[in-house]
Amino acid sequence: MITLTGVRKDYNSDVVIGPVDLKIPKGGVTALVGPNGAGKSTLLTMAGRLLGLDSGVIEIAGYDVARTDSKDLAKIVSILRQENHFVTRLTVRQLVAFGRFPHSKGRLTADDEEVVSRAIDFLGLGDLEDRYLDQLSGGQRQRAYVAMVLSQDTEYILLDEPLNNLDMRHSVQMMQHLRRAAEELERTIVIVLHDINFAGHYADRICAVKDGAAVEFGTPDEILTDEVLTRVFDTPVTVIEGPKGPLAVYY
Amino acid sequence: MAAVTRTPRARNKGRLFDGKLLVGIAVVGALLVLSLFVGVYDVFGAEDGDEMFAITRIPRTIALVLAGAAMAMSGLVMQLLTQNRFVEPTTTGTTEWAGLGLLTVMLLVPGASLTTRMVGAVVAAFIGTMVFFLFLRRVTLRSSLIVPIIGIMLGAVVSSVSTFVALQTDMLQNLGVWFAGSFTSVLRGQYEMLWIVALVAVAVFLIADRFTVAGLGEEISTNVGLNYNRIILVGTGLIAIATGVVTVVVGNLPFLGLIVPNVVSMFRGDDLRSNLPWVCLLGVGIVTVCDLIGRTVIMPFEVPVSLVLGIVGAVVFVLLLLRQRRRG
Repeated sequence: MITLTGVRKDYNSDVVIGPVDLKIPKGGVTALVGPNGAGKSTLLTMAGRLLGLDSGVIEIAGYDVARTDSKDLAKIVSILRQENHFVTRLTVRQLVAFGRFPHSKGRLTADDEEVVSRAIDFLGLGDLEDRYLDQLSGGQRQRAYVAMVLSQDTEYILLDEPLNNLDMRHSVQMMQHLRRAAEELERTIVIVLHDINFAGHYADRICAVKDGAAVEFGTPDEILTDEVLTRVFDTPVTVIEGPKGPLAVYY
Repeated sequence: MAAVTRTPRARNKGRLFDGKLLVGIAVVGALLVLSLFVGVYDVFGAEDGDEMFAITRIPRTIALVLAGAAMAMSGLVMQLLTQNRFVEPTTTGTTEWAGLGLLTVMLLVPGASLTTRMVGAVVAAFIGTMVFFLFLRRVTLRSSLIVPIIGIMLGAVVSSVSTFVALQTDMLQNLGVWFAGSFTSVLRGQYEMLWIVALVAVAVFLIADRFTVAGLGEEISTNVGLNYNRIILVGTGLIAIATGVVTVVVGNLPFLGLIVPNVVSMFRGDDLRSNLPWVCLLGVGIVTVCDLIGRTVIMPFEVPVSLVLGIVGAVVFVLLLLRQRRRG
């Protein structure tokens, strides 16, 4: 479980995130949705201890992220931000192997190699593992990053807009991979999504964030309604019954 | 994860020693032997040839190895820490700071020992590099060219301070001699401090993986539980020691840290640990070739090696820029 209690981040007198109280249960995929600048990424980044809190407490699996040693936390939670530009020329396999760093400190054992191989296969990157990242397409590179956090073998995985810059096919593939990771590997995945329909279809739970506050939390059926979405996104939204479940129409 | 039976795959870490590396070692070894026997003094014919050989040629060759490897390695570590391919001690002001430190020590402690001078240079190099890093943190636009431009500007400011101080204290000529990297004055009894950089090389090798992780950025580093700020501090310390020592003993060796890591990365990618031998080797090779050129073009006189390096380095730098632009 990820518990946020009275979490606050003050950017300046105008922009304040929080105070947020939120409980994200263990297991499944939880999507954070909301308008731009609502604070979704900020909350996720704070949970992943990449950003400090101004007040409040975030606990993951009972560990206070602000107090727990970063080394230990790296075995419990992994976080991937949306922008990853590396000047370092690494192969896919080398990158994924860095996910093992918390466990092996860089000197990989045979077990580590095995975990790395499995993570690569899980995301269908077997044929590309010796390619350099700069030789891959955007979708392949994104998969390589996710493979890296998977090989970190943490119970909790936080992903900040992993569908950013992906086309339709790659977005769907990525969400399918993440669903499988949640189901087959029993990971708890928290993900910031822009597309409410992706969240509706692939997430188990949706948390709507608006103006720095978690305003709604529930199953896709509870969140995907005209009233809730119109209120959260400040734009008229109609939810219709699509061929594969509810579909938000906002144009 | 789903159990997948498969044949064991290639291991991540490239093998440290393979055929190519041995060939490389042989080539650089041959260059070094050549370096031992090139010079105006006839070490075979003259009566005291043996002694001269021991006093100048051997120290000079060892110095080439140590300084070449140290500067190439410093460049590599710095590029990882700043996540920028165009950074190295001479494009970040580190060398200039080392020079200022050296000058300060010379002024404050007349007749300072080599050790004292070195400490001054190392401390100044460390402070200067930290200033550069702190400055970088404030700059949001960390595009590939802004970073070295900031570094070069910072270096220019520091170097003009040095020049001003030297002017005021009548030390301008000394300053010129120190800054022009040259192995001419490397003699027995004056170069031994350079062995310190061998220790730095060992340290870099031991924590190579951490530097590679740091090269992926602060967020990825934190994510895998690496103390990013500490590794920056350690890295800066190692760079400062290497640069400070080399600056005091040899002088400025421009572009070496820039071209070597880039060339190695082009061919081998960026697995730091298996790359380090290559980076050191290529650094040694280039310095040796440039020193040999410097020694022979206007025989019986010498051109400072920094001059030759500057020309070679500038050409490679431009090529790298063009290549990057083509790649987009």
